Amino acid sequence: MHEKTIAQLSASLATGEFSSEELTRALLERVERFNPSLNAFITVTAESALAQARAADERRRQGAAGLLTGIPIAHKDIFCTDGVRTSCGSRILDRFIAPYNATVVERLNAAGAVMLGKTNMDEFAMGSSNETSFYGPVRNPWDLDAVPGGSSGGSAAAVAARLTPGATGTDTGGSIRQPAALCGITGIKPTYGRVSRWGMIAYASSLDQGGPMARTAEDCALLLGAMAGFDLRDSTSVDRPAPDYAALLDQPLTGLKIGLPKEYFGEGLDSAVARVVEDAIAEYRKLGAETVEISLPNSHLAIPAYYVVAPAECSSNLARFDGVRYGHRCENPKDLLDLYTRSRGEGFGAEVQRRILVGTFALSAGYYDAYYLKAQQIRRLISDDFRQAFAQVDVIMGPTSPTVAFNLGEKVDDPITMYLSDIYTIAVNLAGLPGLSLPVGFVGQRPVGLQVIGDYFTEDRLLNVAHRYQQVTDWHQRAPTAFA
Amino acid sequence: MMPLGTAEVAKIAHLARLAIREEEVPDYARNLSAILELVEQMNAVDTTGVTPMAHPLDMVQRLRADEISESNQREHFQAIAPRVDAGLYLVPKVIE
Repeated sequence: MHEKTIAQLSASLATGEFSSEELTRALLERVERFNPSLNAFITVTAESALAQARAADERRRQGAAGLLTGIPIAHKDIFCTDGVRTSCGSRILDRFIAPYNATVVERLNAAGAVMLGKTNMDEFAMGSSNETSFYGPVRNPWDLDAVPGGSSGGSAAAVAARLTPGATGTDTGGSIRQPAALCGITGIKPTYGRVSRWGMIAYASSLDQGGPMARTAEDCALLLGAMAGFDLRDSTSVDRPAPDYAALLDQPLTGLKIGLPKEYFGEGLDSAVARVVEDAIAEYRKLGAETVEISLPNSHLAIPAYYVVAPAECSSNLARFDGVRYGHRCENPKDLLDLYTRSRGEGFGAEVQRRILVGTFALSAGYYDAYYLKAQQIRRLISDDFRQAFAQVDVIMGPTSPTVAFNLGEKVDDPITMYLSDIYTIAVNLAGLPGLSLPVGFVGQRPVGLQVIGDYFTEDRLLNVAHRYQQVTDWHQRAPTAFA
Repeated sequence: MMPLGTAEVAKIAHLARLAIREEEVPDYARNLSAILELVEQMNAVDTTGVTPMAHPLDMVQRLRADEISESNQREHFQAIAPRVDAGLYLVPKVIE
């Protein structure tokens, strides 16, 4: 059963080939068997999963099943889950039992999805390798010496290893797309405001966006259809109906205009990755698309601007973790200041502390204009580059990441080198655009992802573009041998 | 911008309410200086007159009627607090 996609599982459940309870048991067994080598899950919720599965089977007997009813999924441990530990990969929330469900969790529950557990992630979603997690690194199913990418590394590894057919992720600077690329799966970061952020632990609020990760674009369409939509409880949620993504997958690509930014194919891009990406683009030409070279001249400023905006917002968001109301509290505080500083010093890992410090510095008296204001102006320039590009083309394509998965430990001591792993994904968050990564080949045994960027609210087009490619290629069907 | 020194790191850590072990301060100083150096690539571009972009979508905040929409869940929320007593969060003595 584990080799089937969500769409295939949905069909099997509908015909009664197997029940959701049988499917859930089979996947829980795989999680038990394989998670020790991957560390993709922080928490496995076997008991509640089986209860949800039985409820889904009952719902089906009553004729009230939808496409996702009885489909097992996993949630990134950044989404609050009522009564279940929600750690955000951090010691400070190691014993935090969320008192409510995130909107994304509520919506998927309402669709009848079954939660297998909570997936590992970089601490507070700050990282590109899943090595900053308090619970230890996740390993890449394609090569256990390699990182899965981050920050949604647990979700990506779990999907790639067929422990779950789909998972949720979040993307602040590439955290859905980069691990999807490095693990050979499909993932989409929707337009900012498309998916509710309520109950999704905040990192950088003007950039964070949740989205689905699965093996195929079709499965992402099914999951996004359930996740997307207006939510009064998120003040930046967009009040605009979500289209039926699954129904729009088959549109032909004839005449599709693909922009290829010269900045995404230059210095810094691994030449073997470049060849794989160029082959994928050639496939799109065969499907009737035309390509045109474009320029996004301010691309090189995306990482500098991001490392002001994101730390500044994180230093503000993470101020709530104070050791008073929930989360880790130090032993025997001598006064209130000691309580705050030691609880936070003990609770946060090194990368989170670095970003809090950078953000605090950037927002401190006398530096605001030089850093935060400047970064917001750069953000405007980056956004304008995309606006001009989308006046000429329908979608933009390029590599998701400049390299394939790197080895565990390779970049962990050098933050700047690690940051460069997101060089092609970060600008998309700064502009608030949707972006998707799909698997298009390998270098050695490590997967390569193609990034497809669209104009605001064109998730339907991105999923369609990925789906048509997946109809004529089989990269998305490849499974890592040890987990086939 | 000069690289950050250890005294500056200690000051920022205080502002951020983060206790950092003394032996780690030089490492933080080195890493933060490297990050600021990266960030300062922004200065190569003249942004005079560019409107800052605070938010990806040009939207205005929604308003709602000033009505109570939440129910009181104090006990539920305090069940996960490190220390509470009689419905209050306990912290070390603030006023002598």
